[in-house]
Amino acid sequence: MEKVDVIVVGGGLAGLSCAYELTESGMTVLVLERGDFSGSKNVTGGRIYLRPILPFLPDIWKDAPFERHVTKEVFTLMGQGNSTTFEFYSDRFNEEPFPSYTILRATFDRWFADLVSARGGFVIPQKIVEDLIRENGKVIGVRTGDEEIGADCVVAADGILSFMAEKAGLRKPFQPQYMALGFKEVIQLDSKTIEDRFRLGEHEGAAQLFIGSLTKGMMGGGFLYTNRESLSLGMVIGLHSLNSKEPREEVYKLLDQFKERPEIQNLIRGGETIEYSSHLITEGGIHTMPKLYTDGMLVVGDAAGLGLNMLVTVRGMEYAVVSGVLAARTIKRAKERNDFSAPSLAEYETLLNESFILKEMKTFQHTPAVLENKRLFMRYPQVICDLFEKVIWVDENPKEAIYKTKVAELKKEFFNLQTFRDWLQFKKI
Amino acid sequence: MKITEKLALDAFKNDKETHILLDQKICQTCKERFCVYACPANLYSLNEKGEMVVEFAGCLECGTCMIACIYGSVKWKYPRSEYGVQYRFG
Repeated sequence: MEKVDVIVVGGGLAGLSCAYELTESGMTVLVLERGDFSGSKNVTGGRIYLRPILPFLPDIWKDAPFERHVTKEVFTLMGQGNSTTFEFYSDRFNEEPFPSYTILRATFDRWFADLVSARGGFVIPQKIVEDLIRENGKVIGVRTGDEEIGADCVVAADGILSFMAEKAGLRKPFQPQYMALGFKEVIQLDSKTIEDRFRLGEHEGAAQLFIGSLTKGMMGGGFLYTNRESLSLGMVIGLHSLNSKEPREEVYKLLDQFKERPEIQNLIRGGETIEYSSHLITEGGIHTMPKLYTDGMLVVGDAAGLGLNMLVTVRGMEYAVVSGVLAARTIKRAKERNDFSAPSLAEYETLLNESFILKEMKTFQHTPAVLENKRLFMRYPQVICDLFEKVIWVDENPKEAIYKTKVAELKKEFFNLQTFRDWLQFKKI
Repeated sequence: MKITEKLALDAFKNDKETHILLDQKICQTCKERFCVYACPANLYSLNEKGEMVVEFAGCLECGTCMIACIYGSVKWKYPRSEYGVQYRFG
């Protein structure tokens, strides 16, 4: 059996970051990517936050093919037939290093893979890893097609469905409760139109999240990110709430219905859909993370369940990059000791625990429970929209005193035991 | 825009053999048909014999069906190397 130092299964952000960090360490690193090229099987909403990454991987981002840096954060509460939008701008969004960028993964990961190759890492596309090779319980390599390749350490960077973590016995079976489906269209639109329509400067981008009637009471929401010459418009739906929805909903139709809303029509007019994609997202937070290491193997990125829904920000790609770097650091030290046993690789967990990743996962450990609250996705957005509508609406009838009627209405909606309980729950995040 | 038109925009290289297997015994007893509602590509349907079938050729490889089907009927793996969807934007 041919042998290398490290095999990385999966050439996405986590795997490539790990490989990048390992290049120039003298170790031979082999990244096995199942797609035609890195990124060809990957999907994001999406946006990547750069600042958490910079302390770990500072130098490489200058030439990265980012789409736009986000200068405008937009939150829309959708009711039935109405909506309320909050827009947030800060000068800090326009200061370098820009805090976040919209990206498209097929372009982005492909660039990253080239970078790894240029540094002496081997990124081999069209290689799906079917199985791990184990000896006395220790992972000693992988099987791809008819080939067997040995390694001191295997890094499972094979994404959210991580069959590697499953085969190594590191993760429990998935439950719909802790998974959400993300699906989106990429809609082509010229950059001038995007900038005019979203009131953005050159290279500036907008990130818009939607919550409310579009998911029909199901856990989830909508998103819209401006790319250089396209929009990423999509939705996220929790699988458990989809499974238990009555009357039943075919999930793919929700995006079409969302697109038909006038608020969205006005944003995508003249645009042409050029791709349709879908991907799973973890919603379990820290509760559904697999075990992160075993003899001869580490788990990184989505495969390690590193993703977080923080309601107004959605995280994952930063975790992928940084967990990849931390895995690489662990491997370098294990190499010095020439010990790739589980106790030696346990350092990876320590590094993750000390990093912002696990700190955030712990801080937001209660969000999965909050996200099960149906009122959050239907009732509250509707109430707020209806209230705005009543305050603003003028017709042939004399208008009632705003304070008297509306506050009474608000009291009715929000000053009750149920809302108090919800508030106590929201307070945890 | 129909879902089939959306899928037609994507680049696929289709294998002859499927990467999704259904256990008809389980499907026969299923009332909810989670797969039908959860597949974002609308690939699941009942054939004229009343069996659940899946058009693996348009699979976006998200794995949603495998998890949505709580009865464990969906045996799902990634397509073989070189096959399946190839995103150009992602």
